[in-house]
Amino acid sequence: MLARQTTPELSRRNFLVAGAAAGGGMMIGWVPAAEAGVDKSPPVVPDAYIRIDGQGKVTIVSPMIEMGQGTYTSLPMLVAEELDVDMANVSVAISPPSDKLYGNPALGNIQVTGGSTSIRGFYLPLRKTGAAARVMLIAAAAETWGVDPATLRTEPGFVIDDSTTRRLSYGELADRAAKIPVPGEVKLKDASQFRIIGTPAKRLDVSGKVNGSAQYGIDTKVPNMKVATVSASPVFGGKLVSFDEAAAKKIPGVVQVVKLDNALAVVGDHYWAAKKGLEAASPVFDDGPHGNVSNTDVVAALARAAERPGAVAKSDGNFATAFSSANKKVEATYEAPFLAHATMEPMNCTVAVTGDGCDIWVGTQIPVWAQQAVAKVLNLKTEQVRLHNHLLGGGFGRRLESDGIVQAALIAKQLDFPVKVVWSREEDIQHDMYRPYYYDRISAGLDAQGMPVAWSHRIVGSSILARWAPPLFKNGIDPDAIDGAADMPYAIENFHVEYVREEPPGIPTAFWRGVGPTHNVYVIESFIDELAAAAKKDPVEYRRALLQKNPRALHVLDRAAELSNWSKPLGPRQGRGVSVQQAFGSYMCQVAEVTVGKDGEVKVDRVYVVVDPGVVVNPNTVVAQMQSGVIFGITAVLWGEITLDKGRVQQTNFDDYRILRIDEAPEIEVEIVKSSADPGGIGEPGTSGLAPAVLNAVYAATGVRLRKTPIDSKRLKAV
Amino acid sequence: MIEFKVNGKEVSVDVPDDMPILWVLRDVLGMTGTKFGCGIGQCGACTIHVGGEARRGCLTQASEIAGHDVTTIEGIGATPAGKAVQAAWLNLEVVQCGYCQSGQIMSASALLKTTPAPSDSDIDAAMTGNICRCGTYLRIRDAIKEAAKSVAAK
Repeated sequence: MLARQTTPELSRRNFLVAGAAAGGGMMIGWVPAAEAGVDKSPPVVPDAYIRIDGQGKVTIVSPMIEMGQGTYTSLPMLVAEELDVDMANVSVAISPPSDKLYGNPALGNIQVTGGSTSIRGFYLPLRKTGAAARVMLIAAAAETWGVDPATLRTEPGFVIDDSTTRRLSYGELADRAAKIPVPGEVKLKDASQFRIIGTPAKRLDVSGKVNGSAQYGIDTKVPNMKVATVSASPVFGGKLVSFDEAAAKKIPGVVQVVKLDNALAVVGDHYWAAKKGLEAASPVFDDGPHGNVSNTDVVAALARAAERPGAVAKSDGNFATAFSSANKKVEATYEAPFLAHATMEPMNCTVAVTGDGCDIWVGTQIPVWAQQAVAKVLNLKTEQVRLHNHLLGGGFGRRLESDGIVQAALIAKQLDFPVKVVWSREEDIQHDMYRPYYYDRISAGLDAQGMPVAWSHRIVGSSILARWAPPLFKNGIDPDAIDGAADMPYAIENFHVEYVREEPPGIPTAFWRGVGPTHNVYVIESFIDELAAAAKKDPVEYRRALLQKNPRALHVLDRAAELSNWSKPLGPRQGRGVSVQQAFGSYMCQVAEVTVGKDGEVKVDRVYVVVDPGVVVNPNTVVAQMQSGVIFGITAVLWGEITLDKGRVQQTNFDDYRILRIDEAPEIEVEIVKSSADPGGIGEPGTSGLAPAVLNAVYAATGVRLRKTPIDSKRLKAV
Repeated sequence: MIEFKVNGKEVSVDVPDDMPILWVLRDVLGMTGTKFGCGIGQCGACTIHVGGEARRGCLTQASEIAGHDVTTIEGIGATPAGKAVQAAWLNLEVVQCGYCQSGQIMSASALLKTTPAPSDSDIDAAMTGNICRCGTYLRIRDAIKEAAKSVAAK
């Protein structure tokens, strides 16, 4: 669901509001209308989307949060385009929590950054806001000069009257423009007139990121603040039993020990004291009901669940009949492991509980939900929780959760001073909320030409949405778990997709980069390759035959085949693999080239990416996200795996949860298809298509078909 | 009391001998540009220079830096290599989330100081200790080469 909602509802239920900015100038924003009739609490715009000050400096308050994906540049570009200002005069500000002002139209008007939805959600609303502000600035100039606004035009930052060559800057006009009624309808530029959209505008968020001045949540400093670190029960659902408080307090700099139901926190003058104190306290936990859970049990339970029929997500034709009469039958089972997010910035949150509520300093993808979650546990009103959002040192779905924020609030509640809670990397890896373990059964019947006439895909695994957004889990279907499967790019006459929900005991699951499609594209594109092999056909030719009615998917496939010299032979134990996907409103083909060492180690040498994301806002960002997604995906397919033993996560840090490094990174060539289609997402798809391209390349290199990730190099050793 | 210089400025801190310089910088001196990533020398986010050489802040004890010159991301722009690296980073749009980039820039600056024209394998050797979860490696490599050219041209 995160991935799939592509059509923002923007015209009927939202409207623009404007007013004077504190300290002069104007502001304008886009807010949802009341459900029906007159809104009893008309919206104010204290921090709306655009502020124009008396000097003509434009600040865009970004509704979505920056976590590396470039949204702090691409969203302002949308405004700047229609407002007609140069990006050099634009800066970006972090929005406060407010669904009303900053709700994401692509995600039910909730202020959530995720699922590659920022541009899809805000492409029209932000352009309309910019265009409306421009109309108001022109009207202000017309009023000043006593002329018809239709005779005026703008140049970046100025309203121009060509009849007299006079001009007024937006800064000079801002105060007057604030009093102009907001236009009901505004005309947007035709794409042919774009001056900013489609250009590689420089990022607005990076100057502080190269000199150490950028502020992430973990950099929070408030007066009298102490630092805590925490150890939660190593088994999910376990309880704190005992600890050595005296030993902790002997450590110089330790201030206090804070007990939670399932965790112990030690507070110190600095992180080092807190960490040493926590070690000295050596907390003991009661494992609770999940103390014997192992990965083997989880997989066995999923395998049993895979025998059950699931909720039907899609069923065309008649699979059973077509399959039974098929010329050839292919069946396979695929597995995908638990994965940790391992954002570079470990989980952290600073909280000050005060007489009138509390302040939260954190980097989060869900500012409003985090605010509400804290209000609930501290028994406060939502507005008493003042959440100050920050740049995120990586998100990848981890910061779509408020577990660490709630924990920090519960710790702060017991203290008389502000506290910054910082998790160790070990805590971060072992108390992540994990990408679910998926177990898929898939079968196809082929006709005499080897083409699929029947397709059945049963997806088995945890439902993230049933916990995260319960109303979206309907009739046994998790729209995220089937995303990319029920709507795959290939047309097959007898087509059946179903979902079986099976929750792993105690293990929390959450979204991970590429969300549903990361798992489904892996299964489908691997299996399509199996079918091509069964039909003794070339994998690109085979896909091409299946994509004849899907021109955008066919085009990215054709271009990637050309770009990668698909037919050109490679050396021994080298191979090329291909994957095609349509997800997040974007089409993509990836071709990976790998070399498999005699020891079975896989090196990804080169990845070609052809992406058709519809209208491109910032091509440099698109390329960056393709590079980023590919590298994120390689880490996962080669090594990514969280395993459990005796209820405990076995991985601890980057030494045993391996991340791709610079000397292991492939060459990556990216081609962007020129398109005028609605904009699609770009943060997720680079990752979601990568694993099957690599696995198919491994098959081409070795003849070994891997149906489980990460790659088991033992199976690839030269014999 | 442990005395040393940070970015040319004398400082004196009352901290345990075994406290990593990472936490001295962040939690005692309030200099948060140096980042915590793993605490075990695996990710390089905490890279600083001690006497001009790249060191992992999480594994360098306060007692080891007594009397030494420490350079951090906040001060690296005052060195020719650091300034060139920062400029190249911005010019080639290396940065995404940016959290690891303090460490990347510190490692790259140390490399250029000793190896003004680094080869790809020099870059691999100097930078392999720095993890970037956003996967900016290709641009890091290009930016190091651009920075090297710019330093050489001066």
